[in-house]
Amino acid sequence: MSVARFWRQQVQRYNLVGNHCRNCDEYYYPPRTTCPFCRRNGEMEEYKFSGKGELVTYTIIHSAVEGFEHQTPYVLGIVKLEEGPRLTSQIIAQPEDVNIGMKVRPVFRKLGESGDKGMLHYGTKFTPA
Amino acid sequence: MSVGIVSYGTYIPKFRIKVEDIAKVWGDNADILSAGLMVNEKSVPDLDEDTVTIAVEAARAAICRSSLDPSRIEAIYTGSESHPYAVKPTSTIVAEAVEATPEMTAADFEFACKAGSAGMQACMGLVQSDMADLGLAIGSDVSQGAPGDALEYTAAAGGAAYIIGNKEEEMVAIIEDTYSFTTDTPDFWRREGMPYPEHGGRFTGEPGYFKHVLGAAKGLMNKLGTSAEDYDYAIFHQPNGKFPSRVAKMLGFSKEKIAPGLVVTRLGNTYSGSCLMGIAATLDQAKPGDRIFATAFGSGAGADAFSFRVTDKIDKIRDKAPRVEELLANPVYMDYAMYAKHKGKIRRA
Ligand SMILES: [Zn+2]
Repeated sequence: MSVARFWRQQVQRYNLVGNHCRNCDEYYYPPRTTCPFCRRNGEMEEYKFSGKGELVTYTIIHSAVEGFEHQTPYVLGIVKLEEGPRLTSQIIAQPEDVNIGMKVRPVFRKLGESGDKGMLHYGTKFTPA
Repeated sequence: MSVGIVSYGTYIPKFRIKVEDIAKVWGDNADILSAGLMVNEKSVPDLDEDTVTIAVEAARAAICRSSLDPSRIEAIYTGSESHPYAVKPTSTIVAEAVEATPEMTAADFEFACKAGSAGMQACMGLVQSDMADLGLAIGSDVSQGAPGDALEYTAAAGGAAYIIGNKEEEMVAIIEDTYSFTTDTPDFWRREGMPYPEHGGRFTGEPGYFKHVLGAAKGLMNKLGTSAEDYDYAIFHQPNGKFPSRVAKMLGFSKEKIAPGLVVTRLGNTYSGSCLMGIAATLDQAKPGDRIFATAFGSGAGADAFSFRVTDKIDKIRDKAPRVEELLANPVYMDYAMYAKHKGKIRRA
């Protein structure tokens, strides 16, 4: 990922900042510029999610992409935040301790790095609450 | 204007390795080692944890404990000997992650194991002179010991964060005073680009740790006109269990007074986090009115002594973030092979 692209997404990764449409009461993560339901009538405001949520589904990664080989096996899951949005995240737990429907909370972790010389990327992952 | 701790927070990774599992690999006698060091096990970071992630978790715990508005934090100093970048501050990442940016100052500190306490002193100066509303000082490390080196038995991971302020009604502990003792001593160092530190053999004990800890501790007690009897608890830098126990005895502190803060036996040496973790573990159980004495030490070498008086506020906010005992509980143990992978000592080809 480019330095500029990561930097633009930094705030929303560090703190799960998305948005909320005051018109239809929907929540969005990652943030959108306009409400896809209300379009021009949408009233978007910045919203910081608490990060509390539950695990909707997950898979155990045994064969990882470059840069993550040393972390296998690890759990990749879809988390549904209390306010509604779903997001994909690594779940910090032993694979045998993970089950669908379990409550999760956010943790601050290293997401990856751009080789030995590049930037380190940090952000939010989830762990059993 | 008075100065004190407004809040504190800590973080310890959940993984541990036992001294006996390290000793097995190198053919050392685990019983002799554990007894000599007074360390039974040490913390190990997860594969995606480093000094930055630990600093952020500790800082968030401190903010959560006091429920304060993070934009009031106008200075952040992170002390570590394992900052992940050679150039680019850990403290700016922490600042962004706790939402204290952009009207603030930040810098990283480095002074072996006392970089965190040096950050506390810098924050004291800023808030006492009213240059900042609140300051955040953090000690965080994921320290490395070379495979087979004596330091490998104790080099651990963890961090502690302190929010320093100048409004007495907000403080959980008033900082009565601080005093430092510093000289140029070659007891421990790591050159730029080298993965593991070197230590100066006979320089580590008497001319390093003891001379400086005693210098700072006695200096502060002289300045305040206090002695060990005036304090309910004491914490000294914990590279192992033996050094702080011996220095406490030399200064007249009983075993009971250092027991709550002596977390090294189950945690290892968290370097910049070491003394600050001990202070946090002590605040976790101190009562209003208690006086706490602490001295951090960093090789190279210097020591920072502090005298604290606990206020009524402690009982109101203590339980809003995990206690050190909770972070030490229920660890996940790993063997040496998994530990070597977590510490980057072995990598997939
Ligand atoms: Zn809408």
